[in-house]
Amino acid sequence: MEIEHVAVLSRLELAEDEKRLFSKQINSIIEYIDKLNELDTKNTKPTAHVLSIENVFREDRLSPSLPKDKALQNAQNRTDDFYRVPKIIE
Amino acid sequence: MQYEAVIGLEIHAQLLTDSKMFCGCSTKFGSEPNTQTCPVCIGMPGVLPVMNKKAIEYVIKTGLAVNCNIAPYSRFARKNYFYPDLPKGYQISQYELPLCEGGYVEITDNGASKKIRLTRIHLEEDAGKNIHEGTGNYSLVDLNRAGTPLMEVVSEPDIRSPKEAVEFMKKLRIILRYIGVCDGNMEQGSLRCDANVSVRPSGQKELGVKTEIKNMNSFKFIEKAIDYEIKRQIKILNDGGRIIQETRLWDSDRGTTESMRSKEEAHDYRYFPEPDLVPVEVEQSWAEKIKAQLIELPDSRRNRFISQYGLPQSDTEILTSEMPIAEWFEKAVKLGGDPKAVSNWIMGEFMRLLNEENKQIDECALKPEQLVGLLKLIDKGIISGKIAKTVFEEMYRTGKDAGEIVKEKGLVQITDESAIEKAVDDVIAKNSKEVERFKAGDENLLGFFVGQIMKATRGKANPKIVNELLRKKLSAHTA
Repeated sequence: MEIEHVAVLSRLELAEDEKRLFSKQINSIIEYIDKLNELDTKNTKPTAHVLSIENVFREDRLSPSLPKDKALQNAQNRTDDFYRVPKIIE
Repeated sequence: MQYEAVIGLEIHAQLLTDSKMFCGCSTKFGSEPNTQTCPVCIGMPGVLPVMNKKAIEYVIKTGLAVNCNIAPYSRFARKNYFYPDLPKGYQISQYELPLCEGGYVEITDNGASKKIRLTRIHLEEDAGKNIHEGTGNYSLVDLNRAGTPLMEVVSEPDIRSPKEAVEFMKKLRIILRYIGVCDGNMEQGSLRCDANVSVRPSGQKELGVKTEIKNMNSFKFIEKAIDYEIKRQIKILNDGGRIIQETRLWDSDRGTTESMRSKEEAHDYRYFPEPDLVPVEVEQSWAEKIKAQLIELPDSRRNRFISQYGLPQSDTEILTSEMPIAEWFEKAVKLGGDPKAVSNWIMGEFMRLLNEENKQIDECALKPEQLVGLLKLIDKGIISGKIAKTVFEEMYRTGKDAGEIVKEKGLVQITDESAIEKAVDDVIAKNSKEVERFKAGDENLLGFFVGQIMKATRGKANPKIVNELLRKKLSAHTA
């Protein structure tokens, strides 16, 4: 089922009633978006951004980084100066 | 059954910018963990990435160097997946509309040249670094590398052997270092390579099922890993099995590739255009400006060295393999050095000394004008070729000029015939047995006599005069 696939990708565990509820909600969102397909866009250039601007750059210059304690402040777990997470590779 | 291997490479190159792709944190390698991060590169809510202009220019520069079409309109995309080294939960990459498409890299294998076509070159951000070993039930994460500009070069499946794969990678590395966009350090991971490998019965047009091999961090491992994978696939097919499309990790200790057993679902990346970044438009004038900065590339320089200086192909391969070597060579030649002589010194003594110290040519004190000075001393007969090697090494170590070293150490060649004659007479007198054997026909002993004379004159005697006098004296000699 589509909703289960999406849940796995999002690292979510859903109960049966939640699956039913969210399936219905997501379907209605997709149906709503489908309305856009009714528009004729044959002569419209595809866009990648809501503003019609491009090439917003910064120069290759350094700016100060966070002190490491500040950077690691929100880490759930920490070992020395590293973020600590459950083992990734067996 | 005969099989043919079909190989395509995906090469990741960290770009030599000072700051990261979307923020001002440093890209320096080897700093203390988690000291080069900020809210943008560790994915704090509400931050906005801004594109590093130099990184974009480096990709365009690479595209121009390998004959790509530069896209007039390009954009970034989000590649969504969860992994601890990816703090945002997505990587900013390019999917549709990459910066460069098409192009090719020319390789030579056994003297024959071959074009390996490129599919595309795009720009993305690197992930952080995970440490798995010696950390118990945990992995540790350092996000210093997260957000470093990473260029991905994707080849067409034009490669047919592990050797060609290595040649392609080597050639690309030379180009990237030449144009100064990547340092090419495979050990530190600033240049990395994944390979897509499949096999098919010779003559068949359809492609076989491919596997992707990761974790090859040297030329040697690229060759070994692909070679292993080809043999593994052929064996499976010959045994009547079938290849499973999967990602496999090269294990250099065991010399094998091992399945990563990743869930298929993990490959559903749900790309969509990155809403935090505006598109990139590359106008002709911008591309022209970058093109004007492109220096002469290795292939054209090599051809020019052959036609302009009459050097053999093998010399030019080495001389043009690194830009600083090519520049050093050419400077010495412009200062009056004979091209072949300069080339011989670079490829011989110079490379030997540099390799001993693991140094690059532009990291040492020896200047091209100093080699030219040494060559003049040899040409004028002031020092012998043998002594020149000693002088060269001394120049290399001290940065002093050849003339100064020769004077200091009293290395001036002895060309005074009477002085050499005395040495020749002494050696003949002291080695009567050898003289007899020589006269009896053992011509090989000539080298022995020359050696003794050179020893007596501490290598300073002019070899030509030594040879002449020696032959004359020996034939006139009667026991």
